[in-house]
Amino acid sequence: MSWQLDLIVLTMVVICGIAAINIRDLLGAGILFGAYSFMMCLLWAVMGAVDVAFTEASVGAGVSTVLFVAAVFRTTRRTKD
Amino acid sequence: MNEILTTIISKYNYWGFILLMMIGLYAMMVKKNLVKKIIGMNIFQTGIILFYVSIGVKKGATIPIISHGHGKEKHVIHAAEYINPLPHVLMLTAIVVSVATLGVALALAIKVYREYDTLEEDEINKKIRDQAK
Repeated sequence: MSWQLDLIVLTMVVICGIAAINIRDLLGAGILFGAYSFMMCLLWAVMGAVDVAFTEASVGAGVSTVLFVAAVFRTTRRTKD
Repeated sequence: MNEILTTIISKYNYWGFILLMMIGLYAMMVKKNLVKKIIGMNIFQTGIILFYVSIGVKKGATIPIISHGHGKEKHVIHAAEYINPLPHVLMLTAIVVSVATLGVALALAIKVYREYDTLEEDEINKKIRDQAK
């Protein structure tokens, strides 16, 4: 693992996480959480955990985003914080 | 002093996992929206998974797949050349558990929305108090 790539991807993970909990739109929060999961998947591929990486890519970035979008379409996009 | 600084900076993955766990805890405690709380719970879980995967990393090691094929069993395997795969295998289970808890939590949030017509925690508490009167 090269530490420059690791540090860049880790910074992107933290930025995506903060953005996902601060955006004032639930659909956007779901999409940003998908981006967060994909960055996490990249981080694990960099760290050499390839099995964890492709499980996270299919389950975290794929299924979780679909669940969030389905839940937001059944409820509301409005949020106060 | 310089050694302490080097130790702190070289363990940046662990600082990253502490930061992610604190972001998740903040979202679970402070945010009023139920979906935001669920996102915070997932960020907390991935932070813990990051900690476990960071344990298995070795410097100068490759991914845990034995490089020689079948039929060459006399080949010596050096464990120091491969990243420790045990935390990875444990965390595969944790990822599957996290998507299961996400599904159940979102289903409960949809139920709450159908009952109270809102996802905000303070409005739900107000409606419950009004119903009790």
